[in-house]
Amino acid sequence: MSADALYTVAIPKLVELDNLWLIVLFPFLGAVINGLLGRQLQAKFGKSIIHYIAIGMMLCSFAVAIIAFAQILTADDIAIVSQAFPMIDIGWLSVNFALYFDPLSVVLALIITGIGTLIHVYSTGYMKDDPAYWRFFCYLNLFIFSMLLLVLGDSFVLMFFGWEGVGLCSYLLIGFWYKDMKKATAGFKAFVVNRIGDFAFITGLFFLFWGLGGHWNQNNNYDVHSNRSYEAIPVASDATSVDRLTSQDNKELVSQMPSVVFRDIEKQMTLSVRSAETGAIQKPFADALTEQTVGGIPLVFLICFLFFLGACGKSAQIPLYVWLPDAMAGPTPVSALIHAATMVTAGIYMIVRLNFLFVLSPGVMTVIALVGACTALFAATIGMVQHDLKKVLAYSTISQLGFMFLGVGVGAWWAAVFHLLTHACFKACLFLGAGSVIHSMGFLKSHDKSDDTEDNSIQTEPTHASVEEKPSPTDPQDMRNMGGLGVIMSHTRRTYLIACLAIAGFPVAAGFYSKDEILWKAMSNGQTFIPGWILWSIGFVAAGCTSFYMFRSYYMVFYGAPPSEQCQKHAHESPRSMIHVLWVLAGASIVTAVLGLPHLITGVDAIFAQWLAPMTAPFVSTTGVASAAWLEGILIVASIGIAVIGWLIAKHFYHSTHASMEKRQQWYQQFRLVHHTLYNKYWIDELYQMTWVRGFKSLSHGVATVDKFVVGLVINGGSKKLGQAFHKFAQVLRLHQTGYVNNYAYGIAIGTVVLVLVAQAWF
Amino acid sequence: MNIGIEHYLIVSSFLFVIGMYTVATRRHAVAILMGVELLLNSASINFVAFSHFVEGGISGYVFSLFIIVLAAAEAAVALAIVLSLFRNTNTVDVTESVTLQG
Repeated sequence: MSADALYTVAIPKLVELDNLWLIVLFPFLGAVINGLLGRQLQAKFGKSIIHYIAIGMMLCSFAVAIIAFAQILTADDIAIVSQAFPMIDIGWLSVNFALYFDPLSVVLALIITGIGTLIHVYSTGYMKDDPAYWRFFCYLNLFIFSMLLLVLGDSFVLMFFGWEGVGLCSYLLIGFWYKDMKKATAGFKAFVVNRIGDFAFITGLFFLFWGLGGHWNQNNNYDVHSNRSYEAIPVASDATSVDRLTSQDNKELVSQMPSVVFRDIEKQMTLSVRSAETGAIQKPFADALTEQTVGGIPLVFLICFLFFLGACGKSAQIPLYVWLPDAMAGPTPVSALIHAATMVTAGIYMIVRLNFLFVLSPGVMTVIALVGACTALFAATIGMVQHDLKKVLAYSTISQLGFMFLGVGVGAWWAAVFHLLTHACFKACLFLGAGSVIHSMGFLKSHDKSDDTEDNSIQTEPTHASVEEKPSPTDPQDMRNMGGLGVIMSHTRRTYLIACLAIAGFPVAAGFYSKDEILWKAMSNGQTFIPGWILWSIGFVAAGCTSFYMFRSYYMVFYGAPPSEQCQKHAHESPRSMIHVLWVLAGASIVTAVLGLPHLITGVDAIFAQWLAPMTAPFVSTTGVASAAWLEGILIVASIGIAVIGWLIAKHFYHSTHASMEKRQQWYQQFRLVHHTLYNKYWIDELYQMTWVRGFKSLSHGVATVDKFVVGLVINGGSKKLGQAFHKFAQVLRLHQTGYVNNYAYGIAIGTVVLVLVAQAWF
Repeated sequence: MNIGIEHYLIVSSFLFVIGMYTVATRRHAVAILMGVELLLNSASINFVAFSHFVEGGISGYVFSLFIIVLAAAEAAVALAIVLSLFRNTNTVDVTESVTLQG
């Protein structure tokens, strides 16, 4: 070896632990038991057996997650891999069913199993009266199984399996009440929109695999990057395919083969070697990706962009966000678990998991940051005027996901994951609080069994709701039917308030620290092609909108007009199982702040930043004035300021009773056009309907016409003639099968004679 | 006159043709079986005749013994088939049972 290899990354040491893969087995078992036997069990032993199984499995899973967390916490700088069985083993490509626990994935596992368990408990109250109780818990457990595979899988294969699995569970759970056509269609829409993202994701994966690969040369050896110069890689000049590079620092092996295992790819991407001749340090694998082009586009840009599109689909970003508001058709615990706390954050997780890849392409990082910031603002503005409580929360989720994308886009990996964590807590709390309210308002529905008039954007002819539109009196989700519920549901009100404070960005709760860190990093980064202050100001305005729409919903639900007689008679505080969960989540929304106290206050890096540091590549090169401490201080004050402003405006218009009602109407009239646009969500759904859906439909019609008249004529006409010919021939042939034994005997005899004669003549 | 191998072969071929004709033309299942017996016996005569004119050859005799045993077995099985055919179709006329007709 003429050149010395050296490692520049500190990848955590790998430790093998056998039994941790049980974490995915438990929820899977729960899903199988409840799925196959649930109906009989429920009929025989009642509903409690169902949730004992489901919650029991969740607790087991949560316990394993805690064990893994403790392992990583106590030992220094390790990652744990737990192998269950080999899946694919072809030549140099081997993929195992292996789970990978590192600081990132273990946090996600804790969120999923922890919040998942809480929401299971909550569901026992919320779904109490549903006959398909067993089906619900089967789907929930199946979702947890898929989600754990997504975040814990150590290779793209497992991640993609989980990725599709959560999509399926999301579809099943949105359309859980499938007899309602609108809800079934909402599930369908989510599934189809997700397909677009998934297609991009898997295409990106193919490109990555292809980009890291080589080809077979004439001597039947496998050349890696044979179109590139080799001298940078020791042993490669005289070596064949399966040679491996050894780093001298810690003797970790770097496979030269294209791989689907994250750890292998990470090692390849971060490997640096010193060239023997020039002494320059090169990154053979990373350079291979950055230098190749496909159709003029740099390969690494293409790969990262496709992965980002995949993330857009799952995490509901522009332009693929349209499914999430409709996904609120599912039961509220599902909205909390899947469409707020866990599944929709899969895109963030994927990008952070592949951070070593994304840092290679500042272009894509800029796109991510810009799309994230725009989505944050865009969804927040829509959320400001919606009347459906769950729709407000849905747009709020899209907006918060936009913040996370802004975070990963500027390389603030830990801040994005920290926002993911805090968002999981406070948004789950908000959704479950909303569920508690809706549960309580359920009496509205039972008064009138006619189909509810909840507006739905899928229908071909959307109803353009006007400002003066009156609320449907039977819709338990319409905030205009609520008001004054704070008197009746004091626990729900208080937990909702805490979560509101967290999401709006008041420094008493965790949301402030995560959102502010993202905004600060957006401001101070010098890597994206768009100046940091633009990203910051978009996010800043979005933060103000967030504060406004959250407190608007808070006042509309719990304050305002005193509860109607009907409400006083029927509305009630939710059962204890739901209240306890709300309080746990509200507590978590405050306590997690400790993990993210910024450098400015404590003097050391945030705990969470230190925690994730080993597995994230640096991207931000903080530049000059923009990173000064005084600026950070000013920004923090400004953030608090805009949150307060948003709150005050909401209070002004929505707090008290009659007076604010008129103020509101005046305001609506004044900004009629703006309000109209926002209320109809910028007509994006209609735009998609006009362009994509209608375009696709007419394309399908065209293809169908061609099929009918061109293909149909050729195939049908031609095959008909051919078939008739065969039929005629068969008509003749069948006469030979007389069924008479004697004829067959004749046949045998004549046949024998002919054979003998032929043999005579031949030989 | 000297009886040579030709005489045996002529007798045997007469027997074979008669048997063949019986099998091919009769409609009664038992008659067909009788024709099959004639076929077997003509083959048997061939074996014996060749064996007689071959120096030290006894395998032909052994074969004819086998054929006799085989014919007995065949008759037993075939008659059983005929019986069950009669039970099912109420006739032993083979032209009546033509379910295999195309």
